Amino acid sequence: MSADPKLEIRDLSIRYGDHVALEGVSLDVRENEIFGIIGPANAGKTSFLKSLNRMDMFNPAMKVGGEIRFNGEETRNWANVYELRRRIGVVFPLPVGLPMTVYDNVALAPRLAGVKNKAELDATVQRCLERAALWDEVKDRLDSLGSLLSGGQQQRLTIARALSQDPELLMLDEFSIAVDPVTTMRIEDVLKELKEEVTIILVTNLVQQARRLADRTAFFLEGQCVEIGDTEDFFTGEVADPRTRDYVEGRFG
Amino acid sequence: MSEARAQASRVGQRNRDWYIDKAVEIIVFIGGISAIIFIVGIFVFITKEGLGFLADTFDFKEFFFSPNWRPTSEANPTYGILALMAGTASVTGLAMLVAIPFSLGAAIYVAEFATGKTREALKVLVELLAAIPSVVWGFIGLSIMNPLIIDLFNVPIGLTVLNAGIILGLMAAPIMTSIAEDALKAVPDRYREAAEAMGATRWQVIFKVVLPAAKNGLLGAVLLGVGRGFGETMAVLMATGHAINIPTSVFDSVRALTATIAAELGETANGSDHYQALFTIGIFLFIITFLINLSADLIVRGVRKG
Repeated sequence: MSADPKLEIRDLSIRYGDHVALEGVSLDVRENEIFGIIGPANAGKTSFLKSLNRMDMFNPAMKVGGEIRFNGEETRNWANVYELRRRIGVVFPLPVGLPMTVYDNVALAPRLAGVKNKAELDATVQRCLERAALWDEVKDRLDSLGSLLSGGQQQRLTIARALSQDPELLMLDEFSIAVDPVTTMRIEDVLKELKEEVTIILVTNLVQQARRLADRTAFFLEGQCVEIGDTEDFFTGEVADPRTRDYVEGRFG
Repeated sequence: MSEARAQASRVGQRNRDWYIDKAVEIIVFIGGISAIIFIVGIFVFITKEGLGFLADTFDFKEFFFSPNWRPTSEANPTYGILALMAGTASVTGLAMLVAIPFSLGAAIYVAEFATGKTREALKVLVELLAAIPSVVWGFIGLSIMNPLIIDLFNVPIGLTVLNAGIILGLMAAPIMTSIAEDALKAVPDRYREAAEAMGATRWQVIFKVVLPAAKNGLLGAVLLGVGRGFGETMAVLMATGHAINIPTSVFDSVRALTATIAAELGETANGSDHYQALFTIGIFLFIITFLINLSADLIVRGVRKG
């Protein structure tokens, strides 16, 4: 582990009008770890992710307070928010195959960044699709519509697209809810490999998934961060808050 | 025992609720198919009125390829609609050049940028604009645009393709804006979010993701505008100058198919060749607008995935 955390969050709060989505969250995400976030619906998990890449910018209802430092730099000081977002890849709960070809889906981010060289784009597309374990299935139909792939393929396409930005941080928001178990396992294997290169935040509603993947885990509940710890401790019962144990053992949520 | 007998006696009976329900069903059905009945009725009517001409005097080559529309000539009446088609096409074409940037810009602003009260106010205003009667637009063409064009471009007459094209473009823009905005709104927000999360700027989101995703609906909006242009009568009659002419520049006066019918039908003897020729123009217009609207509809529904 490097000394400086990838992401330092201090006293983060998120409000939508009068509604408090998240309050008083402070945590660090270390370089090259998989940081799991578990918790029931309405815990503020998705809002948390949205605040990290400044998706509040075009949502006037969403108010973010506190400090978020990415590589030691307060995210609000990034004059060019698009540059920040290019360093942070996002995978959404439902696969979003944009209505363009498979190739164009993956080439979109480099193109947005100004890459025009065809050979370079070809190489990026192949590399990202391979890393997302999708290349073998789509290499013969890169020209077909991305939105016509199956759900599991689309989700891997989304991951390939997120990787095409060469992100330093990859955020996955309940990526497996629309994906079959076999594909989920394949994606999980991909994530374990990716950990070598990028830092990953994994929001999941599957407690066991967090156990399989996450080095450390945070438990969110009703807008609060109840507990942060080594993932294994969550499952061996070494937790500070009884609510964490109840949730992990499936007694509520 | 007696209960079972009572039930048996009721099995074959229909009560008041059943009849009311049936009546409502029939009334709604009649309402539903009335549109079909009317459109078929109109088509049958105009075809019947134009039939005599189509059967006797109609000369395919003259009708479509002769620029001479001289129905009132004593010695040798000719019925060529080439110049009229050129008039309608040139005015509609120019109108689209005016309307497409306006309506697309307005739709993008309303759908992607405006929020809250601005958005609501704009939507209401656009609908209001669509409700302005065409004779009012014609009046603007006649009394405002006409002297303006004469002054500005130093031409002898301002009732031209340019005048009618601008007027018609402004007339068609509101409905095109409405449909284009619907098309943009139909693009799921998750597409926008996905692109934004990749670091796309708002213009990149719109140009690379939203517009391509909405292209069927946008094409449909344009086609409906074209249909509107072909069918518009009063404003075009007032602003074109109503001169039979194949235009060589936007400063030429022209005459539209629709305006010809409107201006001449009252002057013709019922059942005469001239009268029937006007109805043949009507059939032609009917078929064209029907085809345009049908393809617009098919495209909006995305039957043709491009």
